[in-house]
Amino acid sequence: MTKIYFLLAILSFALFAQAQDDVYPAKEYKGLLFITNGTVHVGNGQVTDNATIEINNGKIVRVGTNIAVPQGDVKVFDAKGKQVYPGLILPQSDLGLKEISGSVRGSNDYRELGDLNPNIRSIVAYNAASSMINVLKANGILLAGTVPQGGTISGSSSVVQLDAWNWEDAAYATDNGMHINLPSFAAPRRSGAAPPTPAQPEDIAQKTLEKIEEIKNFFREARAYLQEATHAATNLKLEAVKGLFDKTQKLFVHAGQVKQMLVAIDFVKEFEFDVVIVGGEESWQIAPLLKENNIAVILNAEHNLPSTEDEDFDQPFKTPAVLQNAGVLFALNDDASNARYRNLAFNAGTAAAYGLSKEEALSAITLNAAEILGIAGKTGSIEAGKDANIVISEGDILDMRTSIITHAFIQGREVNLASKQTQLYERYMRKYGFK
Amino acid sequence: MKKLIFSWFCCAVMSGVYAQQTFPVNGVADERSGTYIFTHATIVKDAQTTLQNASLLIQKGKIIAVGNDIAVPKDAIVVDCKGKYIIPSFIDLYSDYGIPAPRRSGGGFSYSAPAQLTSNTKGAYGWNQAIKADADAAALFEADNDKAKNFRDIGFGTVLTHRKDGIARGTGTLVTLADKKENLVIVKEKASAHYSFSKGTSTQSYPTSLMGAIALLRQSYLDAAWYKSNPTAEGVNLSLQAWNNNQQLPQVFDAGDKWADIRADRIGDEFGVQYIIKGGGNEYQRIKEIAATKAAFILPVNYPHAMDVEDPDNARLVSLNDLKHWEMAPVNAAAFEKAGIIFCLTPADLNDPKQFLPNIRKAIDNGLSEQKALEALTKTPATLLGVYDKVGSIEAGKLANFLIASGPIFKEQSIVYQNWVQGEKYTVQDAEWNDIKGIYTLVLHSGKGDINYTIDVKNARAANIINTDTLPVKFSFNGKLVSLGFKPNKKSKSVIRLSGVVNDDSSWKGNGADADGNSLLWTALFSKTTTIKPDTAAVQQDLPMAKITYPFGSYGWDELPKQETLLFKSAAVWTSEAEGNLENTDVLVKDGKIVRIGKNISNVSGAKIIDATGKYLTAGIIDEHSHIATVSINEGAQSVTSEVRIGDNLNPDDINIYRQLAGGVTASHILHGSANTIGGQTQLIKLRWGADDEGLKFKNADPFIKFALGENVKRTTSPANNRFPDTRMGVEQVLTDAFQRAVDYENALKKASVATGKKKQAANPFAAVRRDLELDALVEIMHKKRFITCHSYVQSEITYTMRVAEKFGFRINTFTHILEGYKVADKMKAHGANVSTFADWFGYKMEVADAIAYNAAIMQKMGLNVCINSDDAEMARRLNQEAAKTVKYGGVTEEEAWKMVTINPAKALHVDDRTGSIKTGKDADLVLWSNNPLSIYAKPEKTIVDGTVYFDLEHDLQLRRTIAEERNRIIQKMTAEKKSGTPVAAFKPSTYITLSCRDDHGDEDEQNNMQ
Repeated sequence: MTKIYFLLAILSFALFAQAQDDVYPAKEYKGLLFITNGTVHVGNGQVTDNATIEINNGKIVRVGTNIAVPQGDVKVFDAKGKQVYPGLILPQSDLGLKEISGSVRGSNDYRELGDLNPNIRSIVAYNAASSMINVLKANGILLAGTVPQGGTISGSSSVVQLDAWNWEDAAYATDNGMHINLPSFAAPRRSGAAPPTPAQPEDIAQKTLEKIEEIKNFFREARAYLQEATHAATNLKLEAVKGLFDKTQKLFVHAGQVKQMLVAIDFVKEFEFDVVIVGGEESWQIAPLLKENNIAVILNAEHNLPSTEDEDFDQPFKTPAVLQNAGVLFALNDDASNARYRNLAFNAGTAAAYGLSKEEALSAITLNAAEILGIAGKTGSIEAGKDANIVISEGDILDMRTSIITHAFIQGREVNLASKQTQLYERYMRKYGFK
Repeated sequence: MKKLIFSWFCCAVMSGVYAQQTFPVNGVADERSGTYIFTHATIVKDAQTTLQNASLLIQKGKIIAVGNDIAVPKDAIVVDCKGKYIIPSFIDLYSDYGIPAPRRSGGGFSYSAPAQLTSNTKGAYGWNQAIKADADAAALFEADNDKAKNFRDIGFGTVLTHRKDGIARGTGTLVTLADKKENLVIVKEKASAHYSFSKGTSTQSYPTSLMGAIALLRQSYLDAAWYKSNPTAEGVNLSLQAWNNNQQLPQVFDAGDKWADIRADRIGDEFGVQYIIKGGGNEYQRIKEIAATKAAFILPVNYPHAMDVEDPDNARLVSLNDLKHWEMAPVNAAAFEKAGIIFCLTPADLNDPKQFLPNIRKAIDNGLSEQKALEALTKTPATLLGVYDKVGSIEAGKLANFLIASGPIFKEQSIVYQNWVQGEKYTVQDAEWNDIKGIYTLVLHSGKGDINYTIDVKNARAANIINTDTLPVKFSFNGKLVSLGFKPNKKSKSVIRLSGVVNDDSSWKGNGADADGNSLLWTALFSKTTTIKPDTAAVQQDLPMAKITYPFGSYGWDELPKQETLLFKSAAVWTSEAEGNLENTDVLVKDGKIVRIGKNISNVSGAKIIDATGKYLTAGIIDEHSHIATVSINEGAQSVTSEVRIGDNLNPDDINIYRQLAGGVTASHILHGSANTIGGQTQLIKLRWGADDEGLKFKNADPFIKFALGENVKRTTSPANNRFPDTRMGVEQVLTDAFQRAVDYENALKKASVATGKKKQAANPFAAVRRDLELDALVEIMHKKRFITCHSYVQSEITYTMRVAEKFGFRINTFTHILEGYKVADKMKAHGANVSTFADWFGYKMEVADAIAYNAAIMQKMGLNVCINSDDAEMARRLNQEAAKTVKYGGVTEEEAWKMVTINPAKALHVDDRTGSIKTGKDADLVLWSNNPLSIYAKPEKTIVDGTVYFDLEHDLQLRRTIAEERNRIIQKMTAEKKSGTPVAAFKPSTYITLSCRDDHGDEDEQNNMQ
C-alpha cells in the first residue's frame, strides 16, 4: 500500500520537474470539468460516496451520484478510491509577509510601527512568490488569511488564493478583517529564570482597562466622524474602519484570556460589530457566553501545551469539542511557525481524536473558516454555485498516516503541487540514484 | 570539667583583672564591672535543663554563675525575676547584619547583548567575578544599632554575618548584637565560609546557568588544590589563596530549594566537604532525600501568605503546588525533627522580622517540639560553628546573652521584656515587667466626691471599664507612666482623661480631667487577677491538610508506583525488531523486563491481565533531542563549555514529564542548548514520574555531549556579538582549537604521570597539571568514552565537523536537526554518524531555507540510522505522528517509520541492548495504544517504564478530579482567610518552566528561529 503512495508521489513530481521559479500558476480553465467517482466530503458534515462533481468555468454546478459525464470536449478527472475535500483554508497567517523571520530582517513585512494602524493593509505587501506557498498548497491549503501584526490596531487582513502571479491576482477577499490585539489582564507567567514582573497584577488589570477605553474611544470617534458627509480634515485612520460599521468588515479580536474575551463581547454590544476572537485558549471556559453573543472563534493552535500545569494534558486538544457542543461557530488555525502552518489538517485531526467527528473537524478548516472570513458564499464547501476549490487525497486528509494529497483545484484550475521541497527531493534522489 | 572551668572563670573575673584597651579616653575613665544578679527566675539553661527559682550572676558581659544557691555578691545589682523566664538568646547563622549591601549592576547573558568575557574586579584576583572567596565579613562589618534592634527584638543575641553575594562569598564573622564598637562584638573573626549557586552582582557573563555555576564551583575546588603547588603560570591569585584558607572553616551553602540542597550536597561529596545547607522551606516535600545528604540545615520560616484568589481567572494561574505549599510550609521544621536531621532556624528570608516568633509558633503547632525549636535557635547553631563554649546556653563562662520573658518563650502570651547582650540590657518591651493584668478599682477624687470605676487591664495597651456598661479604655502603660481615657457610660459624649504613675506597690496615682473638663486627682488599686485565655493555636487545628505527593504538585503519586507483573493479551505487537509487527500476540512483563512474547501465554501466577484486543503494544518512544526536566539549558557565556552537565540540574517536578508519558515517551535525551559550539554534557533519562533526579537518570548509559553549529552559535540574531565565532569559518576553528588543546593537555598529563624518582611510583599528574574539567570531557571524546550529538543544519558545517573529528581520530555519533542531511547523506554514511531530525520543519530561519520533509526518507534510503526527535515539549507528545510523516513524505514503510522513534534512537544513544524494542530480556518500556500508533487518532492508554505503569488514561481521569477538588478546597480556605480579615498577599501567578533550545528568551518571534 505504501509503495503505491510512493509511486504516485514520484509520478506527480516527475510531471513538474522544474526549478521552483518554473512552478507556474495554472492557466485559467474555461469549460466543463468533472471529478468523478470520489468520496466527496462536502465540508458541511455530509459525505457522498462515489459522487461526481460537475464544474463549469471554475464554478461547481452540481454534485451528486447521478451525474452523467457528457461526451465531447470535457475534462474528466477520475477520483475513484480517493477522498475529495473542499480546499483547506488557513484563516490567520503571516503568509507572504514573513519569509525568514528573526535572522533576516529584510524578508519581513508583517509588523508595522505604531499603535493604531487601522489603515495598514496586508494585501499590498503579500508576496505571491513566497517559498512557503507551494508547500502549503501541497498540504491541501488553497486559501489563506494574510494578517498584519503589531500595535493595538494592526490593520486589515485579506484572504488570498494560493496560486497567483501577484497580490492583485491572489486577492480572494480584500480588506475583509480588521485586527486588534487586546492587552493582557494578568502578569505573564514567568519562566523560572526570567526576572520577576515588576507591576502588581491589579495595576496590570487597571492599565489594560484604560487601554481598552482608549480603543473604544477610537471607535466612538470613528463612528461620529463617519456620520459626517464631508470632512474638513480627512483622517485615514478613521476612514479605514468604515467597513466595521457598514458590516463589510469583521473585527478580529486577538484574545486568549477569559477577561479579554468578555471585553470582545462588549465590543459587540456597544458597536454592533461582527466580532471574531482569534486565539481563544480559554474559550472553553465561556463557550455558552460566546454562543449567546454570536461570537465566532478561530482557535490558533491545537498543538499547544496546556496553559497551566494543573490543566488536563489534553485541554488544547479537546477545546474544539467544547465549542462544537456549545454551538459556537469556530475554525481551526495552525500557527506553528517551525513547520510554517503546513499541518493545518492535522490540527483538525487532533480535534477529531479528542471529541469532534471527522466531518466536524473538516468543517473547522473549510466551511466554518469560510463563514468566519465572510467568504462562505463562494467557497468552503463542495456545493453548487461555489468556486471549485477542491483537494484530492489518497486517504483521510486529517491523519498524516493517510493524508497524501495528489491533486488540487483552485477555481477549477488544476494547480501544480510541486515546490522547492519536492524539487530538492528529486534532485538528491537523482544524485544518489535512488528510485 | 564544668566545675573546673567555672572556678577558673571565677578566679579570673572575681579577682578583678582589669581590662586594657588601645582606645584613648576623652575624659575620665568610667570602667564598670556590670555585675548583675537575676534572682528567683525560671532559668532555661538549654533545651534540656530548666532551673526553678534560680539565680544568674553576670559580670563584664559574661556569665559567672547560674544555679539555685548563688550568694549575692556585694557589688551586684539585684534584679528580681520572680515569675519570669530567662532563656538563652538566639543565634542566626544566615545574616548579613552590618554588611554593606553589594552593588548590583546588571550582568548576565543575553543573545542580543555583547558578552562580558572577563572579570571586572581589579587586582590580583581570579578569572571569575563571581568567585569572591576573598570577601572578609569581619573587615566589611559595621555595627548598626538600628538594624541590631530589629533582631534583638525577636530574641537574637548573636548572628553569623556574611556578604550574600557571589558563588563563593568569602568568610562570615560571628558577632553579637550589642551596641558596641565592632572590636568588642566580634565573637569569632572568621567563623564560616559561604557559597551559593547565584553569581549575585557579578557582571561577567559566565556562568549564565545553574549548571555553569556548579561547574565553576567544581573547577574552583580543583584550581585551588592545584594552586597549592604554587604554579608559576598562575602567579599570585588572591581568590584561590583565600579559597584555600577558608577550607578549614564550617562551610555554609545557600541552596534555597529542596532539589538545590541536594545538588549542593553532591558538590560537597565530590570534594570531601560537608556543607551546612541553607534550605528553602520546601524540604518537607522530599524529606527522605534531604536526610540522605547527612547535612545540617539552616531553615527559613518565611511561609507564603494566603493570596487573594477570589477572581477565578487569577486563581487558575496559581498552581496546586503553590496552593499546597501555602498550607503545608509550616510543617517543614517538624519534618526535619521527625527525620532526625540537624537544623537551625533563621529569620533571614522574612520580609518582616516580627513574623519570626509567630511563625516558629506555627511550626510548633504543626508538630515541631518546643525543645527542638529552642535547640535550633541556640545550641545547634553554636555547635555547628564550634562556639558552644561561648554562646548558645546559659552556663558560666559564656557570654551573658539571654532573654528575660514573662513565660516560656514560644507561648503566644509570653512577652520578651529584655534582651541582654554581652551583659548589657536592651529593652524589648518591658512595660509589663511588673504584671499589670488584672481588675483594678479606680477612684476619682473630684469636688463632687469620690466616684468608683472598675477597670479590667488586659495588657499595657488594652483595658476595659466595667461599670453599668463595659466600654473600652484608651489605655497606655510604659512600665511607669499610665494614661487612661474613657467615657463614663455609653451615652456620654465626653471622655474622662487621666494620667499618672504606677508605683512599685502596684498602686496608681495621678491627676486628670472629668467629662466636664474639671480637674481631679485619682488613684487605682489592684483588686484581683483575671484568667488568661488559652493560646489561639490550639483552636484552629483539625482542618484537612494537603498531602505530600511525588512530585508535590499536580498529577503526583500518593505513593511511588511499583513494578508489576503484567500480561498483555492479544495485542498487535510492533516489535521494532526483525520480527516486525505481530498480530494477536501476548507479552509478559515481570520484574521490569519483557519476559515472554508469544501466542496464548497463560498460567502466569500473580500477573495482572490486560486485554489488549484491538490495541497496539509498542516499545516506548525515545526522544533523542529534548529539553524538559531541567532547570537550565544553555551555558552560553563561552564557546566551549564541555565542563557543564545537564545531569547536575535536573528538575524531576517538570510537569512535561507527565505530559510526555501521556504521549507515549519513556526516555528522553536531555541536551544542552545551542548557544555555543561545544555545549554541555547531556543526560539520558527515563520518564520515571515521581522519582528524584538520580532516579530519573538512565543508569550505566554511555555519556554524551552536545555540540552546535551555525546560526545560533555565531549569534546571528545579535546585533552586537563580540563572542568568537561570528562565522562558520570561526566555528570550525573553535572545534579544531578545542581538540588541539585537549591533545596537548593529555600529553602533559601523560608526561606528568611517568614514574620518576627512586621509588618508581607513578606520580599524580594533577599535582603538576591543572585538572581542567572542560578538557577532560574532550579527552573522553577522543577516547570514545563520550559521544557527540551535534546540532547542525547546512552541508558545509556538517562536512567540516566530520573532518575535524576524523583529524582527531573520533566520529560524530549523531547529527541532530540535520535538515540538510539529505545533501551529504553519503558522506555521513561513510563517516558513521547517526542522524536525528524533524519530520517537516522548514522556513523558520535562514539555515533551513533548504529544509525538506523528505530528508528522513533520503537518509534512511542511504542506510543511515535515522531518528525523529522533538526539541519541543509539546511536539514530544506526538512523536508517533511525526514518525508517521516519513510515510507521507518519501514513502518510508510503517515499520521503518516506527523504528525512527524507538529502536533507532536507542541505537544512536547506545542503549539498544536495553530498550527501544519489544524483545525478551529488555527493559519493559512499553506503550499500549488505542489505535495504529502512526495514526493521529492513536492515544496511549498505558505508558510503562521498567515494568511500572507511569501513565494510565483511567488513572489520569481520577487525578483530574482529585486536582479539581484539592484546588477548590485550598482556594476556599484562602478566601475564608481573606474574609476573616487576615491580610492576604496580592495574587501572583505561579512560575513554571518549559525550556527550549534557547531558554528564557522573551522574544517569541525569535524563539521560533532558534531550533
